[in-house]
Amino acid sequence: MSLRIVVCVKYVPDAAGDRHFADDLTVDREDADGLLSELDEYAVEQALQIADDADDAEITVVTVGPEDAKDALRKALSMGADKAVHVEDDDLHGTDVVGTSLVLAKAIEKTGYDLVVCGMASTDGTMGVLPAMLAERLGVPQVTLLSEVSVEGGTVKGRRDGDAATERLEASLPAVVSVTDQSGEARYPSFKGIMAAKKKPVESLDLGDLDIDADEVGLGGAWTAVDAVTERPARTQGTIVKDEGEGGKQLAAYLAEQKFI
Amino acid sequence: MAEVLVYVDHVDGAVRKPTLELLTLARRLGEPVALALGAGAEATAATLGEHGAVRVLTADAPEFTDYLVVPKVDALQAAYDSVSPVAVLLPSSGEAKEIAARLAVRIGSGLITDAVDLEAGDQGPVATQSAFAAAYSTKSRISKGTPVITVKPNSAPVEPSAAAGTVEALAVSFGDTATGTKVVSREPRESTGRPELTEAAIVVSGGRGVNGAENFAVIEALADSLGAAVGASRAAVDAGWYPHSNQVGQTGKSVSPQLYIASGISGAIQHRAGMQTSKTIVAVNKDAEAPIFDLVDFGIVGDLFAVVPQLTDEVKARKG
Repeated sequence: MSLRIVVCVKYVPDAAGDRHFADDLTVDREDADGLLSELDEYAVEQALQIADDADDAEITVVTVGPEDAKDALRKALSMGADKAVHVEDDDLHGTDVVGTSLVLAKAIEKTGYDLVVCGMASTDGTMGVLPAMLAERLGVPQVTLLSEVSVEGGTVKGRRDGDAATERLEASLPAVVSVTDQSGEARYPSFKGIMAAKKKPVESLDLGDLDIDADEVGLGGAWTAVDAVTERPARTQGTIVKDEGEGGKQLAAYLAEQKFI
Repeated sequence: MAEVLVYVDHVDGAVRKPTLELLTLARRLGEPVALALGAGAEATAATLGEHGAVRVLTADAPEFTDYLVVPKVDALQAAYDSVSPVAVLLPSSGEAKEIAARLAVRIGSGLITDAVDLEAGDQGPVATQSAFAAAYSTKSRISKGTPVITVKPNSAPVEPSAAAGTVEALAVSFGDTATGTKVVSREPRESTGRPELTEAAIVVSGGRGVNGAENFAVIEALADSLGAAVGASRAAVDAGWYPHSNQVGQTGKSVSPQLYIASGISGAIQHRAGMQTSKTIVAVNKDAEAPIFDLVDFGIVGDLFAVVPQLTDEVKARKG
């Protein structure tokens, strides 16, 4: 029987460029170069490896976002995912994480799944809570923050490196997993992969297709409200000294003056 | 007076500092009611009472250790139902954020994570957060349901304030999903004796310039002279020189100590995202053009293997 893997990905503003907030205090996605969130590349990679180890598997990559978010899907397809689902609707603008988890859960249920793979967090919001929310909504086990993951038969196994301990985890499918950047380097798309991705199917869904009311999502339906955004003043550069043999002593004098020693 | 539910992070009854900070913040919103789970939960009561908890709800069951996250969500929900709080506060650890996430979905509430400050507002608690590698600061609130908020370490002072701290056993019934993810084995991390990275007042970090796992001894020696935690950049972690649990940055931990000392770290945006809110920043780097120097209060352009040991000796000498 085929293993149905769904990978959730996010299209985010490039962290290497300037990131801004728009006038409505949502993340400005117009004025910044976007790309597939780096942390989601690890999720795609692990999905590909799990699929390789399975007799028969199909990987669907899902995103929620505006037109441009297709770029994130194309990247995942060029890495080797089989097909994509793009949830796009004008009413989604400003949706927060609770709303996004609702939309993704409905899209995943509609697609059909045995295993959902997510990155540990997005590189823009950096909350790291979506995988747990998805598991809660789908009513399936969460096996999250994994640095190692494998699927054997109907069981997903993983290693979670927490602050206090390393845990080995196990759950029956269907399940939601999230993987960290320690799970293994993500592959670069090959030229062949990039060409093949152009022909892979991308299904578009809107809120109506998912039976979601517009007032449950978007800026107006959000569970959280951002009231103010202020740009932090840039740090002013302090004293820079070239070491002429006394650098460590100069540093110690500074730390003493600041009462750290 | 309105009650605020505080999720307690403790190790066998020893309450960790971020929870005490949460109690300070909770008192700005109402009367703190603490929830402590697992072995030693009752032993937390004295400390929690000294820091303002009017009541301490406790529960222990093998499910809390044998299965991942969900049993603790079931317990938090039981506490939520019994207290009907005006807000639920949790520390911003990986696990507590997941507990918060599931509770928010269950009770139909909004969620704010990684708050760095919290104040009472006309429409409920107002949380300050850092965004985009600390380039921005935002103020947010929950617009639906009961606010569920996770707070980063070092976001508030620990201020003792005596309260009853009465222990009450909480009845918890576990749902069908509680035993979904089995913890097959647990290997405790070996203690280094150094402070926990996210809680430390001083952090000493090493990066690519440290150039080898064995050379981290130089960084550790400085950290020990200052009573500091040791951090590492992603480059150092990816090279296998230091454990991932010590990684500071976007994909590792974010730290906000009083003093951050970066050695052999260039200061890529991913690293800056994790340390930019440190109060005082000091760097040692051979490359005068390294972006880390844009952030520093005091920087030394020089070889870390000359500067750092000299600094360590000087710290030891000054401390006598």
